[in-house]
Amino acid sequence: MKKRTIQKSGTGQENSFHLKRRDFFKLLGGGIIFYYSTWDPSELLALPLAQRRGVPTDYNAFLLIREDGTVNNYTGKIEMGQGIITSLAQQMADELDVTFESIHMVMGDTALCPWDAGTWGSLTTRQFSHHMCAAAAEARAVLLEMGAEYLQLPVSNLTVKEGVIHGISDPGKKVSYGELAKGKRLERYLDVKPAVKKYTEYNYVGQSLLHTDAWEKVTGKAKYTGDYRLPGMLYARILRPPSLGATLISVDYSEAEKMDGIQVVRDGDLVAVLHELPDMAAAALVKIKAEYSFDEKDVNQDTIFKYLLEAPSADREVARSGNLEEGQRMADAVIESEFHDGYVAHAPIEPHTALAIVEEDSATIWASTQSPFGTQDSIAALLGFDLEQVRVIAPFVGGGFGGKSPHQQAVEAVRLSKITGKPVMVAWTREEEFMYDTYRPAAVVRIRSGMTSSGKITLWNFSQYFAGSRGSDTIYAVPHALTMGYDQSRDAPQVHPFATGAWRAPGNNTNTFARESQIDIMAAQAGIDPLQFRLDNLEDQQMIDVLKAVADKFGYSPAAGPSGRGIGIACGIDAGTYVAHIARVKVNEETGEVKVIRVACAQDMGLCVNPQGATLQMESCITMGMGYALTEDIEFEGGKLFTKNFDSYQIPLFSWVPEIETVILDRQHMPPQGGGEPAIICMGGVIANAIFDATGARLYQLPMTPGRVLEAIRKARAS
Amino acid sequence: MEERIRFNLNGRETEITIDPTLTLLWVLRDQFGLTGTKYGCGIGFCGACTIILEDEAVRSCLLPVSDVNGKKLLTIEGLAVNGQPHPIQKAFMEHDGLQCGYCTPGMIMNAYGLLLKNPEPSRQEVIDGMQENLCRCGAHIRIIEAVQSAAREMKGGK
Repeated sequence: MKKRTIQKSGTGQENSFHLKRRDFFKLLGGGIIFYYSTWDPSELLALPLAQRRGVPTDYNAFLLIREDGTVNNYTGKIEMGQGIITSLAQQMADELDVTFESIHMVMGDTALCPWDAGTWGSLTTRQFSHHMCAAAAEARAVLLEMGAEYLQLPVSNLTVKEGVIHGISDPGKKVSYGELAKGKRLERYLDVKPAVKKYTEYNYVGQSLLHTDAWEKVTGKAKYTGDYRLPGMLYARILRPPSLGATLISVDYSEAEKMDGIQVVRDGDLVAVLHELPDMAAAALVKIKAEYSFDEKDVNQDTIFKYLLEAPSADREVARSGNLEEGQRMADAVIESEFHDGYVAHAPIEPHTALAIVEEDSATIWASTQSPFGTQDSIAALLGFDLEQVRVIAPFVGGGFGGKSPHQQAVEAVRLSKITGKPVMVAWTREEEFMYDTYRPAAVVRIRSGMTSSGKITLWNFSQYFAGSRGSDTIYAVPHALTMGYDQSRDAPQVHPFATGAWRAPGNNTNTFARESQIDIMAAQAGIDPLQFRLDNLEDQQMIDVLKAVADKFGYSPAAGPSGRGIGIACGIDAGTYVAHIARVKVNEETGEVKVIRVACAQDMGLCVNPQGATLQMESCITMGMGYALTEDIEFEGGKLFTKNFDSYQIPLFSWVPEIETVILDRQHMPPQGGGEPAIICMGGVIANAIFDATGARLYQLPMTPGRVLEAIRKARAS
Repeated sequence: MEERIRFNLNGRETEITIDPTLTLLWVLRDQFGLTGTKYGCGIGFCGACTIILEDEAVRSCLLPVSDVNGKKLLTIEGLAVNGQPHPIQKAFMEHDGLQCGYCTPGMIMNAYGLLLKNPEPSRQEVIDGMQENLCRCGAHIRIIEAVQSAAREMKGGK
């Protein structure tokens, strides 16, 4: 598509925006929300593109006090099940001194919300909420000043309760936030920004609250992208190649064109059929005949590990201490291991979906995306529009896990809407979702480690290939250690045979599986209980504390492995949070099937805003993590994927669910850390270690399928 | 080749003249605006599209709309009465039996079908009955508790 630039006056833009916003609210049937600019566009345009965006400094960008005293709480983050719709409201209510019930979350809308790179990395609480709380603190202080003038009392004689400012000495004198703000942005700013509250001053933060979006979600009222309808909207189905990387040579869509109501679009490599009914678009798609040429990598799910080890990479020293030769000299035993991890899909139940309407001077896109502003960047660049001409709205997102950071479906919908002049819905099928997923990368980890006869680690040489370095640095106190990362080089051609990307705690699942397995191997070889072995080699008190907490929760009794009990341990750090797991499994030594019976998990996440929500995330991580540990694996040959739907990709089921016990350490005085991802990182390692404890068989590859478990048992018996 | 199809939808007699081969899921979503019923896989594997047809939980992504002629349908939108949640909906809320919420309508309708057949299921029977519905967020343990709790509350035909 050709890019174009539209010359427009500022006034025209405002009108255009105003109209679009009105349409939007008409569509939602919602109330009126006062519009304000979150940044000055002229300032932004003076910056190079890459630096244009930043978190707004104007506190008004984060909140609006409505006349009725309720508060719009704006965030560029999106809700995809992680529960921030509840936890952010808790924080806002406390910082402003209003009731939790008065907070109305407005999320993921580029026209209303402060800029945000994307909802990932467990950053909402540990990063975004600091900006939001600082904004709320300033708003509160400004409102107090306004209240002081209104009530003719000094600020020092004022207090706030539930959004109403009272005189301390004269409690009869009062005025509400709503009366002062009148639903408008506050035009007053403070030179010295007020401090945010201390943890001891919180009311809602730290309370366990149920999710506030539950009513909408249990009644079917909650709107996801695919639930929006616009007049004249067409569903698009896009012609997909038989394998990734195939090039379209010729296409014949004459039969499809003959169908009633079908519109065929070809724009370069994009061939699509559109119809107002999705069934008709699907029926037209199968009538298209196309030829492709193939230029595929000679690699599949079995050969990928050798392929990765031989691939060109960017080498990076992640961490180094002491010198390896000295560590080797001090060691009585040196153990070398190589761990493999296959490709894993995100597989959210909601596939990528986008609804776009492109007009002459504006575009509005609803998209299931973790990055509405990133999507806005892409669409603006594609259309040659200014950012303000493109509005992206991420309604409820039906699961993301990192897979909805890319937004190919939104680009497709925009291209098709531009060409047809109509609103276009691109709702990927499950097959498209698997095909265009950005998989968790297959990876190799090599570890060479040494220890004394008493089980003190002296040497740790950890190298990860194409996993990503998150979580690769050792958590243990080792005098001589080197951690290396071998990842995709920026200049080199793409190593993986298809797109890969961030998958819940990216890199860390693979790295923790390898590290915690290696530690277990060493503990067993030293004849030391694996919990004791870890404690003996740790200096980090936070890690020691979570290990002790999980052992206590589990009722752990020490034994060197393999004890036959089927109990495994693993621990690690992700997104600033410390986690430790103990699991018990049952292994069927005839079939190789593994049943996880029980998992206990302890977590130090610093300040915990909503213990209920955090607990749900821990349970979520434990349940989802069993999938990558036991069954989830993408099967492929070159760019041809054999994994196409849920009938060929086994995610965890109800019958898998173990007994789950969680404990969150009381660390309310510490800064908040991540909550959505950490507890998933140990699932590979803890199950592998439990399988070893049950059978004496060591698994070096994920997923630990029955075939691989049987093979490991056979090897263990042979040795 | 359009046909007139009559059925009872969420307690109301309904009639539509439409191509009978269209998929029930999309007819519900596009012709009736009942978007609570979701597409998840299109092959009847995930259960996001589950509705109740003649007191039985079925996958609407696999059914041609002609199959519902003369029959009684219940979707998630028909469960709450006068703004009062059905005990299953209430239990899902109280147990936080959902995260992203996308599979939730299908989960609830499947549980509804399960409890029609077996009003007092054991924990294992709940697990067996919900087994074919997929949740990616890992809300399973809470969903099991929610269904058991709803069954307890519904005892006696409440």
